[in-house]
Amino acid sequence: MTRLVRNLLILLAIAVPLSLLAGRVWIDPATTPNATAILMELRLPRALLAIVIGAGLGASGAAMQGYLRNPLADPGLFGIAPGAALGAVVSLWFGYAASPYLLPLFALVGAGGAMALLAAIAGRTGGIALFTLAGMMIASLAGALTSLAISLAPNAFAMSEIVNWLMGALTDRGWPEVWIAAPLTLAGIACLMMAARGLDALVLGESAARSLGMDPDRLQCWLVAGVGLTVGSGVAVAGIVGFVGLIVPHLVRPLTDRRPSSLMLPSALAGALLVLVADCLCRILPLVTELRLGIALSLVGAPFFLWLLMQMRRGLA
Amino acid sequence: MSLIAAELTVEGRLEEVTAAMQTGQVTAICGPNGAGKSTLLQCLAGLLPTEGGLVALDHRPLDQMRSCERAQTIGYLPQNGEIAWDLTVRNLVSLGRLPHRDRGEAEVAEALSALDLDPFAERPVSQLSGGERARALLARVLAGTPRWILADEPLAALDIAHQLALIGHFRRTARDGVGVVLVLHDLALAMNYADRVIVLDRGVKAADGDPQMALSEDVIARVWGVPARWLGEPGARALIPG
Repeated sequence: MTRLVRNLLILLAIAVPLSLLAGRVWIDPATTPNATAILMELRLPRALLAIVIGAGLGASGAAMQGYLRNPLADPGLFGIAPGAALGAVVSLWFGYAASPYLLPLFALVGAGGAMALLAAIAGRTGGIALFTLAGMMIASLAGALTSLAISLAPNAFAMSEIVNWLMGALTDRGWPEVWIAAPLTLAGIACLMMAARGLDALVLGESAARSLGMDPDRLQCWLVAGVGLTVGSGVAVAGIVGFVGLIVPHLVRPLTDRRPSSLMLPSALAGALLVLVADCLCRILPLVTELRLGIALSLVGAPFFLWLLMQMRRGLA
Repeated sequence: MSLIAAELTVEGRLEEVTAAMQTGQVTAICGPNGAGKSTLLQCLAGLLPTEGGLVALDHRPLDQMRSCERAQTIGYLPQNGEIAWDLTVRNLVSLGRLPHRDRGEAEVAEALSALDLDPFAERPVSQLSGGERARALLARVLAGTPRWILADEPLAALDIAHQLALIGHFRRTARDGVGVVLVLHDLALAMNYADRVIVLDRGVKAADGDPQMALSEDVIARVWGVPARWLGEPGARALIPG
């Protein structure tokens, strides 16, 4: 275990109990009435969900940047998050979201559809450029269909539900969402770990990587499965939470030896920490209604992205 | 140990090229732009599918070898020398051990020493000069301890001192029993340092043999369309146009 991983685990161990106590109402387990119920039924699943979603987004961001050899890459580029969002929006549109399992199921079907479409278009012989373009087109198509669903919403309540859900949040999530997202995310991170050696080889470019034994088809399969499971399950239970996959690998990379394989686990842990802390801040901020997690992260992430672009431009100058 | 290309055909790029290379030798592939040099090298490395013919390593078709086994046997150095992230030189060189699935610290240290990279081992590659970077990329190939090194224009963009240093490393590596195949544009370097030269012209083999024969003034006039004369002694020849 590297020192970075150990430090991130220590920070998580400190952040988890704090996140359980923090909120509009701070909980003192000794004096707060029904403290155990609030902690076990509301705050603990929410904290676990933040960790699971953040870990999945962090790891898939690191894998995507390694695959595309581009620091501006984000898991959303594969079109899987918009596909999952479209699935969820369809369930909201038809009013199936009343069941705790139907909306995530629809979202997972959407993510699976996007993955299948991506594999079918980019296929066995598709290179990285075709793969990226296919992902962007799927994202664009899913986005357009989501907008169509919103514009044709059967009533104002459905429209409001859809728009609110798309903003991404962990409010009112419980154990069912944890049981859906945790195993899928863990399986997804395992798939991404399987891609790690291939991503290391890709540091030297595609042809050198193949000469080092990297199988491009197998690498694509692990990546589509890994990003699909982590991002798809994350969107299924919490809506779209952007920028984590972009920011986290950047923050972590200077602390590693910069090989994609060294970045994966620390990015997962740092992503978990970031989403956990961001969700706590959303709860604590004294606003009329709770700030949506997706909005909060975008408010931080967009300026960070711009700063990154400026740094890159300075590097090119 | 032999690496044989038999009637290799890649549509529009190579036409029934046959050549046999031996370990312990430096073989240069020369030819004008678009002659198919890089295509032939990629086929020899097993990186490019062919429409016809085959590549055999010790009489075993390359496409029947597992990619891992092929990667342990053949080290390929592409032309562009891309390095996506700002790794340290040591970490870059250690990527050569990926086919072996080990850290290979001894092999990495040996490769760093062989190319005089010890003082730069912990330096990020972004802080290297062009010559140091080219040596680091070659050290990455050496760290994999391959029996064959296939390098695509490894001396391009290097000054003469670095060119001579790097080709000296290739010659020493060949003396140690490794097969070295280089795509070279500089005909004088091929003449003076290669044991054997294969000349390609528009996808077809135009000459194949020892450098004096394969790079004769007649061949140069016919393939490159340039009248030229060799001056100097064997091993120190210079090509003079006109």
